[in-house]
Amino acid sequence: MRKLFAPFALYKRDAVLSVIGTVGEVVMEVFIPFITAYLIDRGIEAGNMDAIFFYGGVMLVMAFLSLGFGLLAGYFSATAATGYACSLREAIFDKVQTYSFGNIDKFSTAGLVTRMTTDVTNIQNAALMLLRIAVRTPVMLVSSLVMFLSISTELSPIIIVAAIFLAIAFTLIVSNATRTFNKVFDTYDDLNASVQENVGAIRVVKAFVREAYEKERFRAAANKLYRLFVRAESIVALNNPVMMIAINSCIIAVSWLGAHFVVGGTMTTGQLTSAFSYVSQMLMSLMMLSMIAVMITMSMASARRISQALDEVPDIHDPAEPVASVANGQIDFDHVSFAYATGDGENVLEDIDLHIASGETIGIIGGTGSGKSSLVSLLSRLYDVTEGSVKVGGVDVRSYDLTELRDAVSVVLQKNVLFSGTIAENLRWGNENATDEELMNACRAAGADEFVERLADGLNARVERGGVNFSGGQKQRLCIARALLKRPKVLILDDSTSAVDTATDARIRAAFKTYIPGTTKIIIAQRISSVQDADRIVVMSGGRVNAVGTHDELVATNEIYRSVFESQAEGTGDFDVHAAQDEDVTAGKEA
Amino acid sequence: MAQNESRAPKMTFSFDALMRALRYMLKNYGALFCFVVVCIAFSAFAINRSMLFTQILIDDYIEPMLVSGSTDFSGLAAEIVKLGVILVIGVLASWGFNRLMVTISQGTMRNLREEVFEHMEGLPLRFFDTHQHGDIMSVYTNDIDTLRQFYGQTLPQLVNSTITLVVTFTTMVALSVPLTAISVVMVVIMLVVMGRVSGFAGAFFAQQQTDLGAVDGYIEEMMDGQKVVKVFNHEADASADFRRVNDRLRESSKRANLISNLIMPLNANLGNISCVIVSVVGGWMALSGGWGLTLGALASFITLNRNFSQPVTQVSQQMSFVTMAAAGARRVFDLLDEEPEADEGYVTLVNAREMEDGTIEEVEERTGTWAWKWPHRSTGEVEYVKQAGELVMDHVDFGYTSEKTVLHDITLFAKPGQKIAFVGSTGAGKTTITNLINRFYDIEDGKIRYDGININKIRKGDLRRSLGIVLQDTHLFTGTVMDNIRYGRLDATDEECMEAARLVHADGFIRRLPQGYQTPISGDGAELSQGQCQLLAIARAAVADPPALILDEATSSIDTRTEEIVARGMDALMAGRTTFVIAHRLSTVKNADCIMVMEQGRIIERGNHDELMEQRGRYWQLYTGGKVGE
Repeated sequence: MRKLFAPFALYKRDAVLSVIGTVGEVVMEVFIPFITAYLIDRGIEAGNMDAIFFYGGVMLVMAFLSLGFGLLAGYFSATAATGYACSLREAIFDKVQTYSFGNIDKFSTAGLVTRMTTDVTNIQNAALMLLRIAVRTPVMLVSSLVMFLSISTELSPIIIVAAIFLAIAFTLIVSNATRTFNKVFDTYDDLNASVQENVGAIRVVKAFVREAYEKERFRAAANKLYRLFVRAESIVALNNPVMMIAINSCIIAVSWLGAHFVVGGTMTTGQLTSAFSYVSQMLMSLMMLSMIAVMITMSMASARRISQALDEVPDIHDPAEPVASVANGQIDFDHVSFAYATGDGENVLEDIDLHIASGETIGIIGGTGSGKSSLVSLLSRLYDVTEGSVKVGGVDVRSYDLTELRDAVSVVLQKNVLFSGTIAENLRWGNENATDEELMNACRAAGADEFVERLADGLNARVERGGVNFSGGQKQRLCIARALLKRPKVLILDDSTSAVDTATDARIRAAFKTYIPGTTKIIIAQRISSVQDADRIVVMSGGRVNAVGTHDELVATNEIYRSVFESQAEGTGDFDVHAAQDEDVTAGKEA
Repeated sequence: MAQNESRAPKMTFSFDALMRALRYMLKNYGALFCFVVVCIAFSAFAINRSMLFTQILIDDYIEPMLVSGSTDFSGLAAEIVKLGVILVIGVLASWGFNRLMVTISQGTMRNLREEVFEHMEGLPLRFFDTHQHGDIMSVYTNDIDTLRQFYGQTLPQLVNSTITLVVTFTTMVALSVPLTAISVVMVVIMLVVMGRVSGFAGAFFAQQQTDLGAVDGYIEEMMDGQKVVKVFNHEADASADFRRVNDRLRESSKRANLISNLIMPLNANLGNISCVIVSVVGGWMALSGGWGLTLGALASFITLNRNFSQPVTQVSQQMSFVTMAAAGARRVFDLLDEEPEADEGYVTLVNAREMEDGTIEEVEERTGTWAWKWPHRSTGEVEYVKQAGELVMDHVDFGYTSEKTVLHDITLFAKPGQKIAFVGSTGAGKTTITNLINRFYDIEDGKIRYDGININKIRKGDLRRSLGIVLQDTHLFTGTVMDNIRYGRLDATDEECMEAARLVHADGFIRRLPQGYQTPISGDGAELSQGQCQLLAIARAAVADPPALILDEATSSIDTRTEEIVARGMDALMAGRTTFVIAHRLSTVKNADCIMVMEQGRIIERGNHDELMEQRGRYWQLYTGGKVGE
């Protein structure tokens, strides 16, 4: 939680000024009925018009002071709360930038987005609320009480009884309501999940003519939610009547006792009038306190989620004395075992011992879950090995400066994304100083030149968020070009040409030979044709290296490889992939 | 809660939608709501009485007693008891309307949710294809929610404020007309000031909304691509870019909040100033006499004056909620106004028995034989056509939008039991054809006949019931494995579900699950592998036991073992049924009676595998791996 409040320190001055403003505002507000009492007693009752003007003047001054304080509080609470929210958002964002892949996996994209958007907004609202109301209410409570007591100590038992009554009642209401509301929110989530399910699976619902059935299920869930909501809100509905009971009882008691005191001469009429306002002010403050309690419990969940993100310890660090440059593309896996921290603890890679010479082209093939992606992710230290060691250029990857390592080992991720901006901007992620000429060269090597050149704006064409205005194959080729621009020592393609037709795929591989001849190339693919001409092919199975060899050797000796090869040998086994044409603008419609 | 504006959607005010939301509530809860208004009136009356009591206390009891020196409090006691009774009624009324509003608002919400859901289920597929699923979801999660605030709090608050305003005003007029005039002038000033300030605030909130959208968008984009950011060492740049959009938001949200924070102190102190003016003027009036204003009346008036400006402040605080509710209501009713899927079909599917003379008789019980019950409109005769699974497409044209035709002149003929495979690139129109057969979309031109009946004449439900479907994206539902299989036919027994699973070779893996058929599945089957999900979807179609099938084969993966099992399941399901299959597997294509090669919405080649190979055309090209031209 400490880190959650750290950014608030930046706005200490604003917060303090806001608190001062609020306190001043409240004190003024409390004094005003007091002056009203004088106005009535010394002015009106004494028949003294001068006194009326004097106290009226004082009241007016106070109202303006109060306004001034109010504006001060309003201004600085706004700057403090919104500033805090922005700094908090920045703090989370920056923190996430330090995360390793392992940390990111733990949170999920949606989880991180929620933390930075909804949760921060909740905290901002809570902060604003706390700065204004949470300061205001206790001050109001205390000063009303002081003023009330200064009018009459004899009436104080009434207030004490009423306060105790309210405190107990509100505590019961708040705790019961919170409990029931938690149940409500769970049910609410369920209901929304079922809507989501229906929206997503509407084809299935309609194909099986299950509309009536789904309606029935939804009706049951909606009714359950209704019953819970009614139960929860019925509890909250007690708030107002309880408040009124307290205020009314106080008014009756103060009236009765007050009348006796006034008649008995220990109290003036004006004081009695003020006493009434203080009583309601005090009780109102108590109700506000109960609201604040609800508000805080509600924002606690957000605070906890944000703290999790801020307290997360990045599990990959630069070493103390990092090796500054990667010598070459030689790769050594020495008895490597690896398990994901977020997984079930089982190793996804088991005792991998694999040595690749600099400049070699390696194909990797294997079933889903056989550990291909995990294996290559260790190279640029996206994850750290559990056992053994991974060396690039003869040096353990954990000894390198991370930036240096990742510049030298370029990965085209399986789930890759383009960002909103222009094509050139996206490509320059690979090398910020690249000239347009260099960008085009990379496009050429990645087989992206043919469609980039056809675009009206060429390299300056817009890329929509997520690259949705490009087809799958085009996106993959742009991602490859981006990775090539690094001029890496090792290039890893993790199933990066799956949406590219075989002919283009072959052209890209051929271009690599001239564009990055000295680079070690690791190609993970599902198509045999993509790896067939590699220097060596690694067959992965169940987290182990099943076999290593050339295409011909593997066809001859390895059963897994041969069965895959045979299933693809005649045709490809997959008509869709082969036919992947970039012109498919209508693809979205087919989903 | 007034700080919630940051979530407020666009500030387009839709009064109509708000009125409709109101009518929607009154439709079911009109009487109850009238009762609520009565309760609010009682409660406001009681509060008013307790305010006025100060005057009665001072004028009728304390002052005379001070003057007369009497110590007889019995009169006062009676008065206080009277007040007590009124206040008890007030408390009851207050509880009454608070409690009733819960029923009304929650009941209305439930009705609205149900109606929206039921309406949604009846919408054509086009609606789902043309709307972002997130937007549809947002109607349930955000828009209906804004109405909760509106029904539950804003509405009673508005009623309460209005009543308080009227009651207070009347009492004030009764006490002193000139002072009331002062109060009214002050309230008008408050309204004007508030109007101006909120006008400013509105513009700033709109700006804040835009900037918030930009920040949210940037965050989502970057979190999505976070791994790419890392791979390219782009962390510092990402942070710097973020700072830029975030700082813009900081500025606009500061300004927006600042302005809205001004409203409260401005109002409160205008109230105070009003109070001072009333005190001074009232004091002068009371002293100078002749205005008929007593000291007690003035004391009460001062309290009432405060009570008079309060509802104005409260209403202004509710304004942002009203705007949000109006926008929310607009979207809810937009969805409710969407045209539901039309169905003019009158041919129905019935259980049937084939007589020895070949005629068909309708029966009640499930026989495994089905017939189309076709009442001829002209003659009034009812014809029974045995359901066989013959499907004909005759010169069919279709476009998702009227501007763009995506299927051109599709003609094909499937005899009962035949297997028709579609191959071709993504976007060639394969899925579109299957969308037309079960009338997810309606054709523009041409005819589709099922067992000789134009499918437009068949009731949609019955048409779809007669066509099994297995989609590439397997959607499972929350529930057990058994529930998910039974989704295919709700009256299937456990035994029938297991039989279906056995038929498609899904039984094996299901039995190995921790709780077998009773294993719970959440959402989209996160507990199962992709292949297992597919097997369940196949079993689901199998238990429905339809004479015709639409299959969208999953794109093959290298995971050959699972693929084999799934393929076996598919094959078992296809046996003996008319099948339209969007094919990815070689074996499927090879076994097809007819292969349709599609490109850009046309069937460019047709025939069986051997025939097509001989043609050495597009099919051959696809089959051999696109080596044409090398």
